[in-house]
Amino acid sequence: MSFNIENYLPNQSDGDVILYYKGNVDSDVINHVLDTVEEKMVKVNEQSKLRKKVYNVLVESLQNLYHHVDKVPDDFYDQTSERFGLLVIKKASDGYRIITGNFVHVDNIEKLEEKIKRINRSSHEEIKELYKFILNHQRISAKGGGGLGLVDIARKTGHKLDYLFKEYNDHYSFFYLNILVNEDK
Amino acid sequence: MEPIIIQGTPKTPTVKFDASEGVFEIKGRSIPENSVEFYKPLVDWLDRYKESPLKKTVVSIRLEYFNTSSSKCILDVFKKLEAIHKSKNEVEVNWYYEEDDEDMLEAGEDYESIIRVPFKMIEIVE
Repeated sequence: MSFNIENYLPNQSDGDVILYYKGNVDSDVINHVLDTVEEKMVKVNEQSKLRKKVYNVLVESLQNLYHHVDKVPDDFYDQTSERFGLLVIKKASDGYRIITGNFVHVDNIEKLEEKIKRINRSSHEEIKELYKFILNHQRISAKGGGGLGLVDIARKTGHKLDYLFKEYNDHYSFFYLNILVNEDK
Repeated sequence: MEPIIIQGTPKTPTVKFDASEGVFEIKGRSIPENSVEFYKPLVDWLDRYKESPLKKTVVSIRLEYFNTSSSKCILDVFKKLEAIHKSKNEVEVNWYYEEDDEDMLEAGEDYESIIRVPFKMIEIVE
């Protein structure tokens, strides 16, 4: 069976790709992506409110990859990336789309999905309260994440988290997060 | 006490903590992957300042961006200020946000609701 991580990318036809990356997500890559996207938004005179929101959400998505990705399956073509991630940024008709992808080990799927479902069940007010609760009560994890990234993305975009787990083999799934940042929110 | 003066970078803020003036400032961008590494010296410094603070301490937070990992560290900074305030010293936080940046205003309000220190929300109009 051949599994192409690009085959299941959501919203393939929607919008123009302004940045595409797959490979190791380290600090330098994050800096480069942030600089590139910021420059592109400035160049097209994107209004500052939207620009800031996109930048904020992009920081969180990239750092989610940085802190949380699981190692790649043994038979995956890229064995050199310590933190393998897929990132697509598009300018869509109504804003920007940030799509991330990464491997999740089967043991970690349930916990991640439970977290997303909890966020998606919550109203905007509840998400604000959840954010404050985690901020005030949870320590920074050994991996360095604050446990707030997904909550922050949902809060700032005002949308439910749109996600997909695609089974890679018995031990791994590939996880896609499809984020829309638009002007109304 | 030696002041802390740190020049900002694209991912970390400019910091000025000067015990002789009682005026502390954090401004710029705070989006490092490892925020604990950056903030720990600041929190430790405040711990020492707490022993003999000035009667009045004014803290200005003027951030353009901060990530969720910094948000926890900033809370740790505020918790030290809260302790100073609790021991009967005047502490004031000036939280700056740009006029169209509701997210930054809301972030300030989050802290204001958690930390028992007077906050002033200051809108920056360009």
